[in-house]
Amino acid sequence: MKRLIPIASTVLLALGMQTARADIKVLACEPEWGALVKELAGDKASVYVATTGLQDPHRIEARPSLVAAARNTQLVVCTGAELEVGWLPLLIRQSGNSAIQPGKPGNFEAAAYVRKLEIPDRLDRADGDVHAAGNPHIQTDPRNIALVAEPLARRLAELDPANASVYQARSADFMARWKAAIQRWDKEAAPLRSTPVVVQHKAFPYLQQWLGLMEVAVLEPKPGVEPTSAHLSAVLAGLQARPAKMILRAAYNDARGADWLAERTKLPIVVLPFTVGGNEQAKDLFSLFDDTVQRLLKGAR
Amino acid sequence: MRKDYEKQLNALEARLKQAEARLASQAAPAGQLPVAQAVPSSAPTVAVASSPPSAGTPPAAPAAGKGFNPDIALVLAGSYASFSKDPTQYRIPGFLTGGEIGPGVQGFSLGESELTMSATIDPWFYGSMSVALAADNSASVEEAFIQTTSLPGGLGLKAGRFLASVGYQNDKHAHTWDFINAPLAYQVFLGGALAQDGLQLKAVLPTSQFVELGGGIGAAGEYPSGTGNRKKPGTGTLFAHTGGDVGASNSWRAGASMVWAKAYDRPFEDIDNGGNPVTNEFTGNSRLAILDGVWKWSPNGNSSSTSLTLQGEYFRRLESGSLVYDAGGQALADSFRSAQSGWYAQAVYKFLPEWRVGLRYDRLDVGNVNASSNTENLYLPSYSPNRTTLMFDWAPSEYSRVRLQLAQDRARYGLTDNQIMIQYMMSLGSHGAHGY
Repeated sequence: MKRLIPIASTVLLALGMQTARADIKVLACEPEWGALVKELAGDKASVYVATTGLQDPHRIEARPSLVAAARNTQLVVCTGAELEVGWLPLLIRQSGNSAIQPGKPGNFEAAAYVRKLEIPDRLDRADGDVHAAGNPHIQTDPRNIALVAEPLARRLAELDPANASVYQARSADFMARWKAAIQRWDKEAAPLRSTPVVVQHKAFPYLQQWLGLMEVAVLEPKPGVEPTSAHLSAVLAGLQARPAKMILRAAYNDARGADWLAERTKLPIVVLPFTVGGNEQAKDLFSLFDDTVQRLLKGAR
Repeated sequence: MRKDYEKQLNALEARLKQAEARLASQAAPAGQLPVAQAVPSSAPTVAVASSPPSAGTPPAAPAAGKGFNPDIALVLAGSYASFSKDPTQYRIPGFLTGGEIGPGVQGFSLGESELTMSATIDPWFYGSMSVALAADNSASVEEAFIQTTSLPGGLGLKAGRFLASVGYQNDKHAHTWDFINAPLAYQVFLGGALAQDGLQLKAVLPTSQFVELGGGIGAAGEYPSGTGNRKKPGTGTLFAHTGGDVGASNSWRAGASMVWAKAYDRPFEDIDNGGNPVTNEFTGNSRLAILDGVWKWSPNGNSSSTSLTLQGEYFRRLESGSLVYDAGGQALADSFRSAQSGWYAQAVYKFLPEWRVGLRYDRLDVGNVNASSNTENLYLPSYSPNRTTLMFDWAPSEYSRVRLQLAQDRARYGLTDNQIMIQYMMSLGSHGAHGY
């Protein structure tokens, strides 16, 4: 009997810890939202991130592992604005999880809280892979992260009311640190204003707007279409009239187009992490922008 | 003068309305976005004020312009084919086939254009319909089903006509296949693909490893069940799939499925031992087992520029019942038993963002066929039909693909059919998501 007591108490303790850590399960489509949930929820959420910083978020397959993750989650946090249109609707349907269907509280679309850029005046696939709702790569401007953080914290509190105060407190703390960080980045990046850049994919309009970068050329002839040699030659010719300081591409982009142009123009290629995990330095949201700003400054030098 | 003025005024008004509409359709904090240098803290508070407490509310920005229309996706396909042997004489000896068999038609042909409309119906249902428009001006309903979205326990119920989720390729539409035509085993055992008119229930288990279990029942009608008695279910299925990732670069799925079919006077065009056409009919039970597996690799899981897909399926079918030989003439009935199998394996390699090459090998095993007294009438050469297929395709965007396919088809006993096919497939309209 005496021997049983410590065993029983260990078991009870273990069970108690389990209930105390009644995590909310979150499936984040992209690493930046996974990182944001971690900031807002700490250990109250267990986060499964569907993509890595080295994957093209447009082109993910509804893999079995993702279906299982969607089945087991209480909340999906995704960019929306059609970024995941090729895989997320299918994932949600295949998961059989009623809590995360569109319109349910378990389905959070970050882009809905941000004013989107590049909303096309006309919708025609002759223009490439355009998104009707506007450019979905909203995470490259830290002010957008701030816009998403508060509604996301409220959503977490709604789904997990037991920890509502935690989300509220962490959200306030995060916002304070984030505001300070943005002021720091604004100051550091001031020299980048009006810097002309070439981009691989129209992935950075929010970054460009934030830092005042000027996009003078795009390597993809149309959004989502790989650079062709004819188009690259045209970009090369155009750069003589409107020179740029650097070529920007995301870590997941194919390197060939940018390499070709860099070889001929001697422009530096700046490979931006684009999201958390896009390179070794971008470990969380803060280091993502630290690294982005540093890389841009280095490229502009 | 006044007219001009009015015109200008109207134009201005229209522009204002447009601008308002655009603002309204945008996010909660629309119009309040901090400009480049502004302090960001003001905006989130605005977001707090203007976005309602969100319990069950739809996302603040509905996809622009879609309204309540269903998603419409149209696939246009066409091909040119050259076969060294006459495709109208195509048959696979030793198998009681039905449905879509053979490589297709010679020369130019309008492939199947497929029109799909789908939408969420309400908070509880999703619906989808795909109609195939064939070159002979006929339309056929490929799929027309509703599906639940709000059942608990990871359950999903489909009702209507649907491609059964057995095997790997069965529930994939033809325009998503990696080769122009279906594997021989699919042609022989399922008539191309098994569609059921009925119900299918699926459950995804709440495990971290993906496990999906399901089953369905369907009316009698299409091969491998037969014509006739629609009161009783004609087909039944059970299937299990599991899968996962190995590191960031690899993913896989494997499964096992069973298909039961009751055939009533299932007709079958054959030739007799003398090579003359003859129609036989099978009545009895058909049981098909399928094992399937797929393995996908791409560096860091980024399949947009490089990827390799390995895929294979094994089929084994047992049929027992009675066979009526020459149903329209002598009508010789006797008992029938067969145990047959087939498989295919294929590899598709994407070596550049827009380019892929693929190789597929098909093989069928006639196995044991015992038609009692009819055995000697049947054309049953001891032979394993097989086919080797090579394909190249180019997809300049997600919406278009042009494909060249070369095949050596040795399905017919003693004949090698060299096949050259060129195909285009274009997808218009809404961005269809493709399954794994």
